[in-house]
Amino acid sequence: MADASRTVAGPRGPRPRPTLSRRNIFLYGTLIVLALYYLVPLYVMVVTSLKGMPEVRVGNIFSPPMKITFEPWVRAWATACTGLDCDGLSRGFWNSVRITVPSVFLSIAIASVNGYALANWRFRGANVFFTILIVGAFIPYQVMIYPIVIVLREIGLYGRLSGLVIVHTIFGMPILTLLFRNYFASIPEELFKAGRVDGAGFWGIYFKIMMPMSLPIFVVAMIIQITGIWNDFLFGVIYTTPDSYPMTVQLNNIVNATQGVKEYNVNMAATILTGLVPLVVYFASGKLFVRGIAAGAVKG
Amino acid sequence: MGSVSRVGSLIPFLPRARAEKTARRAAERARVRDAARREGSPSISVRDLSLSFGSTPVLEHLDLDIQDGEFLVLLGPSGCGKSTLLNCVAGLLDVSDGQIFINGWNVTWEEPKDRHIGMVFQSYALYPQMSVRRNLSFGLRSARVPRAEIAKRIARTAEILQIEPLLDRKPSQLSGGQRQRVAIGRALVRDVDVFLFDEPLSNLDAKLRSELRVEIKRLHQKLGNTMVYVTHDQIEAMTLADRIAVMKGGVIQQLDAPQDIYSRPANRFVAGFIGSPAMNFIPGALEPGPPPVFRAGGVSVPLDRYTFDERGAVAGPCLLGVRPEHVTLGAAGPGRAFSHEVEIEIVEPMGADTLVWTRLGELNFAFLVDSESRLKVGERAAIGFDPGRASLFDEATGDRL
Repeated sequence: MADASRTVAGPRGPRPRPTLSRRNIFLYGTLIVLALYYLVPLYVMVVTSLKGMPEVRVGNIFSPPMKITFEPWVRAWATACTGLDCDGLSRGFWNSVRITVPSVFLSIAIASVNGYALANWRFRGANVFFTILIVGAFIPYQVMIYPIVIVLREIGLYGRLSGLVIVHTIFGMPILTLLFRNYFASIPEELFKAGRVDGAGFWGIYFKIMMPMSLPIFVVAMIIQITGIWNDFLFGVIYTTPDSYPMTVQLNNIVNATQGVKEYNVNMAATILTGLVPLVVYFASGKLFVRGIAAGAVKG
Repeated sequence: MGSVSRVGSLIPFLPRARAEKTARRAAERARVRDAARREGSPSISVRDLSLSFGSTPVLEHLDLDIQDGEFLVLLGPSGCGKSTLLNCVAGLLDVSDGQIFINGWNVTWEEPKDRHIGMVFQSYALYPQMSVRRNLSFGLRSARVPRAEIAKRIARTAEILQIEPLLDRKPSQLSGGQRQRVAIGRALVRDVDVFLFDEPLSNLDAKLRSELRVEIKRLHQKLGNTMVYVTHDQIEAMTLADRIAVMKGGVIQQLDAPQDIYSRPANRFVAGFIGSPAMNFIPGALEPGPPPVFRAGGVSVPLDRYTFDERGAVAGPCLLGVRPEHVTLGAAGPGRAFSHEVEIEIVEPMGADTLVWTRLGELNFAFLVDSESRLKVGERAAIGFDPGRASLFDEATGDRL
């Protein structure tokens, strides 16, 4: 201190700021309110799902369970009734898996190649094609629902999972293509040129040069697609039959059942179960996603 | 022949048909190339090449012959079309009109990989996820070269470029100079006929640039391949080239040996572009004489030692170009046809020499003196130059007289 005062007179270091400044109160206040806004409903759901029906009927939704029971979860998964079937959400879960997995892979596979072709191989009519695709992203779904029903019926896929997979793949196309095109366009063009001089063709450059450099964008696309397709209700209810309803549709049928007592605890458990997959995807790939972005940011 | 190749292209998925077709083409190609070499015909031949981006013409009716084993530098300011021309030769851009031959083979519509070229880019363009070894072998693996042969060629290349210790590193672990070495190696390892360099040293700092410049020159002397090198750096162009093509606006302004470009620039643009500090231009008029004299303001320069082109000295407005390094101090004498007294305005010491600014008539005029000379601002000095080393340009067309 004595040394420092010789060179620079007066106080030093960052300007002290009171902990309870107006700025801090406002900032943390907003954050806490927003956090509560999202966390309270989740708390109510978890708490209710762990209560037995007698306790639910007491009606105090914020109080923690007096006796924790996992029975509602088991019922939601295995025995809750939708109409005549009483096998819970399990069937819907597997239907959703069988819809989501191929849809995600198919849509990303096609869209990444689309984006690559649009970004790097300026073929004749590329701009027209791209414009059509982007315009497609702005057409409301409702307009296309009935035409698609007819198309699926004509090709014999109506009511089948494969039909729904095709629908999801097509509807993911505009946004994913745009995503991939922009990413590939940001990769230095000289890399692509070097690949061509080195004798790699369309697929060689795609698989050996572009794809290994693009992990982050593939993860982003997977997050978008998995959550989007898993959470989809509209297409699921329209293009499938009760046998192959995805989890979201089944959840709706359980929750909105009009017969008997409303089993709020089972409904809560079923809702959390349905939302679990996107949650897990966010948590698991979120980390990978950040790591991927960071790895991509290092100049190669 | 035609029907055979058509059948081959109908069933391209049959590996044998494909391999046979490739082998046939390679043999035919080798025959054409050897014939072209024997006849001494150019290694690269660009005929009437035009290219436009949309409605903007970039290259117009360009002709260029590059001899076998020649080091040709395409030099020009940015936007002059030099990189575009190189990309056309590489096959990375589709031409609008015209033809390109490499070793007598018409490659105008061939893929880059079929042109027997290697290319080095400004940004190195190394594949970031591959090790140096895999970067080098990528082209060979694409061409399905046997593994033993790949290993042999990598070893040879690594030895030539002294990158053996780097083979297992990733490009991100290399310095700029090392990366560019690997990029050169990627072209070298493929045993190509022609090397194309697209401003390969522009991303490096000055010291590394001069080191790698020497190395590229050494490589050329050792390999004797045809090399085409694009740059906007005149020092690189002068030091490396057998011949320089100075380009502007998609047109080759002058194609000559470096020394000829320097001492006998074909037009005003080339004269001003080559040389640093830049040439002085004095507008005036030519009196055909004999002896011919250049007059500007109160200055008259006798031109009896100047070599005019075949048109000879014609009266009219023109520009006299004098390089700062050709100006000397001192009065006129028997060996010095011209001298003039000037007042010194600015002195810029540059280490090896000193740049002195003065006025000749109404115009700024710069000249170089030895750094030992102690000229002062405001001092008067007699300067002169050898008119035989000056350049005269038509004022209207800018062409050399």
